Amino acid sequence: MTIKHHLSDITLGAFSAGSLSEALSFVAASHISLCPICQEKQQKLEELGGAYLQNSESSSISELALQNVMTKLDEHEQEQDFDPDHSDASLHSSTDGVSSLGHGPMIAGPLQNYLPDNLNDIRWKSLAPGIKYFAISDLQTNGGTLSMLNIKPGVKIPEHGHQGIELTQVLKGSFSDDVGSFSVGDIADLDDDIKHQPIVGSDESCICLIASEAPLRFTGLMPRLVHYFSGM
Amino acid sequence: MTDIDVNKYKQRQKNLELGDEIRPDFSMLLTNIGLNQDRDAFAEVFQFFAPRVKSYMVKLGCLDEMAEELAQQTLLQVWRKSQLYDSQKAAASTWIFRIARNIRIDMLRKQKHFFDADFDLASIEDDQEDAEFKISREQKNQYVALALTELPGDQAQIIRMSFYDGLSHSEISKQLEIPLGTVKSRIRLAFARLRDSVYLETGEKA
Repeated sequence: MTIKHHLSDITLGAFSAGSLSEALSFVAASHISLCPICQEKQQKLEELGGAYLQNSESSSISELALQNVMTKLDEHEQEQDFDPDHSDASLHSSTDGVSSLGHGPMIAGPLQNYLPDNLNDIRWKSLAPGIKYFAISDLQTNGGTLSMLNIKPGVKIPEHGHQGIELTQVLKGSFSDDVGSFSVGDIADLDDDIKHQPIVGSDESCICLIASEAPLRFTGLMPRLVHYFSGM
Repeated sequence: MTDIDVNKYKQRQKNLELGDEIRPDFSMLLTNIGLNQDRDAFAEVFQFFAPRVKSYMVKLGCLDEMAEELAQQTLLQVWRKSQLYDSQKAAASTWIFRIARNIRIDMLRKQKHFFDADFDLASIEDDQEDAEFKISREQKNQYVALALTELPGDQAQIIRMSFYDGLSHSEISKQLEIPLGTVKSRIRLAFARLRDSVYLETGEKA
């Protein structure tokens, strides 16, 4: 797999800073887990965060803080009410964060927790002729949308623009638009500058993971699609 | 390249070394904590970073008490994860930043999240780091820090708001009353400049 389309510096910066919305972070993490180039960039951006941390002014902290933490050093982690590892235990269980399901699409690390082991088990819902979708609802998306689209070969998505960021990662098959051709692993990191009309070019259906910012603030692809097709 | 004055950097680097603030080598301290459970080393790391992590949390909107709690949790994680710390892979500040960021995100979401600490801290291997790797992460981090201080004011402000204060680009646009496109182009410029500066110093692309 050669990844041709990457996250923008801006999106990667927000992700590294921890300020990207959860839905968008999910797709970003999915791409990063497959992409050495973005992993390296992320590292650079985290160095930036570290530099800020190191050079920032210090707040006054309680005299007892150090003592308090020192007494906890020998405690077992499970005795803590906070355990950031706990929820992650199975997240990147395979060393490379990727499992390949036979001839099926690649499932990147972050996806494994939220999807059936086999993509054939996903209960797709019909959105429009040739287009099915599956909403990933376990995840608190903070008003944004996170879903998967399953689009038949040759289906053309109506031309649309974007307001706010929309991230689309190809899990299976490919599509192309004015920007280029996107295949497995590639991410389309689109903002409001870009208008496009994607068309599925592969012989097989194209499955994408797609996230957008809060629909209350922005109109993403999904609402537009519904609108477009309900008028058919 | 750019018109950045190399000598100015060298001088500032020197000033930093000779200045009042001679900072301990935190990556050495972290390594020592990992190897020997060195409590004195931990106390030293705590004294420096806990107040700064607290500032970070406050800036991101935490109330004082919560910020202090999160700072303590962050440093506790530093102790627990210290065996995973590898000074060849990350500067101490980078590593602690990741832990602080992840603890904050976890706190905010109180949900399964995907910034797996182990993934962040241990699995990002940098295969390019071989014998030719001449400059330590810690040093390079200093160059990044220096390059930050060299950014034009408007770029530095936006990078800080975006990166450190955790504001979205549209929030920055609102706060500064400038168009979203301007926010984005300033960030792009700043990133490009930081890359060039660090490249100039280290011969390595940032």
